[in-house]
Amino acid sequence: MTVETTSPLPPRFGDFGGRYIPETLVAAHEDLEAAYLEARSDPAFQQELDYLLRHYVGRPTPLYLAERLTREVGGARIWLKREDLAHTGAHKINNALGQALLARRLGKTRIIAETGAGQHGVATATVCAMLGLECVIYMGSEDIKRQSLNAFRMKMLGATLVPVETGSKTLKDAINEAMRDWVTNVRTTHYIIGSAIGPHPFPTIVRDFQSVIGREARAQVLEQAGRLPDAAVACVGGGSNAIGLFHPFLDDPVRLIGVEAGGDGVGTGKHSATLVAGRPGVLHGTRTYLLQDANGQILETHSISAGLDYPGVGPEHSWLKTSERAEYVAVDDRQALEGFQALTRTEGIIPALEPSHAIYYAIQLARKLGPGKDILVGLSGRGDKDMHTVAAALGVTL
Amino acid sequence: MSQRLRDTFARARETGRTLFIGYVTAGYPRREETVPILLAMQEGGADVIELGVPFSDPMADGATIQHANQVALEQGVSLGDCFDFIREARKQGLTAPVILMGYYNPILARGEARACAEAAAAGADGWIVVDLPPEEAGGFLAACRAHDLSFVPLVAPTTRDDRIPRIAACADAFLYCVSVTGTTGKGNVALDALPAFIQRVRARTDLPLAVGFGITTRQQAEAVRALADAAVVGSAIISAIDAAAEGRRTQSVREFVEDVSGR
Repeated sequence: MTVETTSPLPPRFGDFGGRYIPETLVAAHEDLEAAYLEARSDPAFQQELDYLLRHYVGRPTPLYLAERLTREVGGARIWLKREDLAHTGAHKINNALGQALLARRLGKTRIIAETGAGQHGVATATVCAMLGLECVIYMGSEDIKRQSLNAFRMKMLGATLVPVETGSKTLKDAINEAMRDWVTNVRTTHYIIGSAIGPHPFPTIVRDFQSVIGREARAQVLEQAGRLPDAAVACVGGGSNAIGLFHPFLDDPVRLIGVEAGGDGVGTGKHSATLVAGRPGVLHGTRTYLLQDANGQILETHSISAGLDYPGVGPEHSWLKTSERAEYVAVDDRQALEGFQALTRTEGIIPALEPSHAIYYAIQLARKLGPGKDILVGLSGRGDKDMHTVAAALGVTL
Repeated sequence: MSQRLRDTFARARETGRTLFIGYVTAGYPRREETVPILLAMQEGGADVIELGVPFSDPMADGATIQHANQVALEQGVSLGDCFDFIREARKQGLTAPVILMGYYNPILARGEARACAEAAAAGADGWIVVDLPPEEAGGFLAACRAHDLSFVPLVAPTTRDDRIPRIAACADAFLYCVSVTGTTGKGNVALDALPAFIQRVRARTDLPLAVGFGITTRQQAEAVRALADAAVVGSAIISAIDAAAEGRRTQSVREFVEDVSGR
């Protein structure tokens, strides 16, 4: 016999999603779902969230027409949704803030989170400092090396940073370790997952908190361009900024394009292009596309950007791919660096390496579509954290 | 359902004896040692054996079993190898029921129906899939039933009362009660909280109950046996393997199981 699900929110996106978790965590997921449903329809919760998004995070973030870049490319107009201007320098704060308010509602006093590039860790540590919550961040030791500045920022914000030495010592292992902490401390602790991944209801909650990106961008582009964009482009690791940008456009005639990390090239096996090169399986509590071997073991991934270095992807993206509502492509390390330099030089905006993948693809697409068209790009974060990586890739010693 | 598993638990109830369940990760420490270790566990007094299927991301396991998984994967040990180990052990005289324990993705990758057909043909008796709660187990449960394999669900201290009968409804041999709110192998089974937890489960099902996670000593195993139908020991067996000199590992597993099982 099958046990019927008792989820009040839809637990799946087509064939993807679900809740594949150890029994110990089931009650916590049910509580979270109930608390979220309550919060969603509670005007006081929305009011507090809106207030903090405006006065603490600095929303709405601007929509900026990249005129010089557009001119240089000589094609479609390129519009940037400036999440790099949000407090802490990336879109991650939208979700961290929303979930921390939820945790407080659940009566949880301790927050844990995983982080790859460190942006979600910094955002979580920031929000915990503001709300007075205990904060523990799990980060792969390899990522701590790549992102030492963010690692230090988290400590300054009062978080305990736990280096993860298992597996590939990157994002996926940090998630495993955070899950183990949660299994042990679930009664007092809320786990703020940083992307639209994980067991139900996390992909839905994270998407809802990140959809502020797309809602604002849609209104702004209608006002500033006088029309909907022809395409919306965003980088995809776990895919939270992409789903946040895409979601409010789902019913519009707008192409949605997710750009994955091609690493050394999709043909080399050293990449993180899950939707482009993976196949469905179950990892970290959800059924989604994965990079895995024939035996179902999860593969180690590679990308120049720590934030995209993940062998899974949010289940809603898997559904958008198989239902053909969105397209997914790969941009490799070298191309991402090209995108990074192009934007930096023409606009005086230093993007993070993650959205540099999207910028590179948007430049190619702008040439292809030609003048008179509009492309909306999710500029998910700023690049200060990546200076060491970029310098090393360009052969410069700092 | 596995007849062998049901008979084992039924006999134990008739004679008033509690069972000892031993766990080892397949392929640990070396693939050629798995069959001898399985036989040694039986000789030492294990009534049921759990064979751990290695997975790259064992999110409910503590450091000891994580490490064992990693060592097994470095030798390329797959689900198919696990079936081979069981088949070979049966040939060499293993009669105890064997339950495969692991995570869902390797099963999915092989195909649920195929994995169950091969498991049954190799002489396995059931599955414990740590990240497959009953709500998601429909297809896999059907595959288990089709091949007379038992699906063994877990119950945790955080499981709510009204959920226990729903979990029990998809079990046919026994329920696996997780003794701690935490990962495997911490060595600190919460003995003071355990009786109330087990009572809570007992009140809601007639199925036999096994208790595992965090049981490392004979004293702990005895305390658990007073409450439940079976006690599971896993990480401590891995640690016994680690503590033994190469060439003495099999013997030391047998001695450790003899000691903890109280035979």
